[in-house]
Amino acid sequence: MGFPYPSHRRETPVLSQHFGDAEARALDGWKKRGGYRALEQALGMEPAAIVATIKESGLRGRGGAGFPTGMKWGFMKPGDGKPHYLCVNADESEPGTFKDREIMRWTPHALIEGTAIGAYAIGAEIAYIYIRGEFTEPIRVMDQAVRDAYAAGILGANAMGTGKRVDVHIHKGAGAYICGEETALMNSLEGRRGNPRIKPPFPAVAGLFGKPTTINNVETLAAVPHILTNGAEWYKKFCLSNPKSTGTKLFSVCGNIARPGNYEVVLGFPFKDFLYDLCGGPPPGRTFKACIPGGSSVPIQSMAEAEATLMDYEGFVAQGSMLGSGGVILFDDSQCMVKHIGRLARFYAHESCAQCTQCREGTAWVTRILERIEGGGGTIGDLDVLLELSENMTGKTICVLSDSCAAPIVSGIQKFRDEFMAHITGKGCPLRASAAA
Amino acid sequence: MKVSEMGGVKAPSEATQHAAAADHEPVFTGDRRSRLDELLSRYPTRMAALLPALWMVQEDRGWVSQGAMAEVAELLGLTPAYVKGVVTFYTMYHQHPVGKYFIQVCTTSPCGACGAEDVVAAILRQSGCSQLGSTSPDGRFTVIEVECLGACGFATPIMINDEFVESVTPERVSSLLGKLR
Repeated sequence: MGFPYPSHRRETPVLSQHFGDAEARALDGWKKRGGYRALEQALGMEPAAIVATIKESGLRGRGGAGFPTGMKWGFMKPGDGKPHYLCVNADESEPGTFKDREIMRWTPHALIEGTAIGAYAIGAEIAYIYIRGEFTEPIRVMDQAVRDAYAAGILGANAMGTGKRVDVHIHKGAGAYICGEETALMNSLEGRRGNPRIKPPFPAVAGLFGKPTTINNVETLAAVPHILTNGAEWYKKFCLSNPKSTGTKLFSVCGNIARPGNYEVVLGFPFKDFLYDLCGGPPPGRTFKACIPGGSSVPIQSMAEAEATLMDYEGFVAQGSMLGSGGVILFDDSQCMVKHIGRLARFYAHESCAQCTQCREGTAWVTRILERIEGGGGTIGDLDVLLELSENMTGKTICVLSDSCAAPIVSGIQKFRDEFMAHITGKGCPLRASAAA
Repeated sequence: MKVSEMGGVKAPSEATQHAAAADHEPVFTGDRRSRLDELLSRYPTRMAALLPALWMVQEDRGWVSQGAMAEVAELLGLTPAYVKGVVTFYTMYHQHPVGKYFIQVCTTSPCGACGAEDVVAAILRQSGCSQLGSTSPDGRFTVIEVECLGACGFATPIMINDEFVESVTPERVSSLLGKLR
């Protein structure tokens, strides 16, 4: 649903079918809509059978990397005598992305149910839902929902009367984009600075508190109850293009577009129809100039690339970018790409944890250059320096924050070189000059 | 603005900070102490309760002083220097007192493309704050720019203390601030 707009007829609302419905927030309302039947079913199954169903469904991680969820769960070895943990990544802070916020605000019990099923399937007795500190309303809603679920005996030592223990706790972050990186999230939960950890060891071997851990995104877990209830075959049928990309996906749409909001479509949906039909195209009197389709960390697409894209994991890659977190950012012809790329670089400079030299120095350095070009002080050599820095910021650090900073710079210079050159030769922003004239 | 000067609240003089450390009244007494004990039962280590404990300090005092950091360190078996290291990593813990209304305006690219800069200018002008990170002379407002609030479809989102306000335009600023006395 393009909340706050009514659902578009070409959407396929599964996760979003109750967005905007206040009754679905409450436990009774959720149960009336079929809630917690999947958990009841799951607790009567062998954990391995749940993992097999999720594997079969083709569900892939919705946080950005697109890793197969069932395979990730399969890395856990329940019954090895160690404590196991499930971390839910609700640290949604990728610019352009605001889907997990809506899931938590409107359907908190969907997340709790998916979390409880996931915890049981991987043999984790405790799940922590790590929510970014700025999400005050989702935290309030989730807190209440967890309390209600405990009071109703859905969570706790005797979950749904089955004698099985499932504990779910909310953990509030305190402002740090990097804590959405899974190992930084675990450090933060442990009461440390949110510095990412070197891998290996991978979380399934030594994760939270040094114990085997799985980290899943909110949207991934919210899909799990639907898959258990309706079966893997049902889920696999949601596929319009590549069979490796199944299911429905929430796309957050923002920037210069007529109807911003969250839209849920089947993977493989044509991006051109999505942008012009569902989202209403550019604002009146404008045309689109550029698109960042998967949150700010993915390469920028030209509109020719965007309009040729089929919206799934492979489709975005085939057109020069990535699906990422599904945060779609549009820029229209009134916007200066040099300014926006510089602003994105500033974001990464601000959010760098400063552990790795390439990232700490690189993100700040590219920001200074980009802002100088935007201000009219750029030289021809700056573009080569930016590209060289970007190369040194890619694939050389503990996590991918610095790669994420480089992606829009490299693709931006490739696809909007004319705009960079106009700033350098004209000693300033041509758009600003024409606005002043 | 230099990259090194990005974001955050401007620091008061050092003397103020030291005075605050010496005068520290314990935060974790009575109900708050029991709440902390309940929190500790959720984690296998005491250190894991650090972020929640710091949140409790800020909810009670409005900011996290050096004295409070020392108190939290003592309770969780950590050193004050370690706690300070954690406090300074995260942007949401105030290391200095802030205005009665702490206003954060998202200016990251998606909001920037929808006019967030004009919202910042309007809020600065009408709040009486001379610059980002400073507090208005009447002590009512502190205004900062914040990185992506995760509500990009509702540009420009701002936070006033714990309250989220979506779709703020320069025209809405005077009625929003007018309600805050």
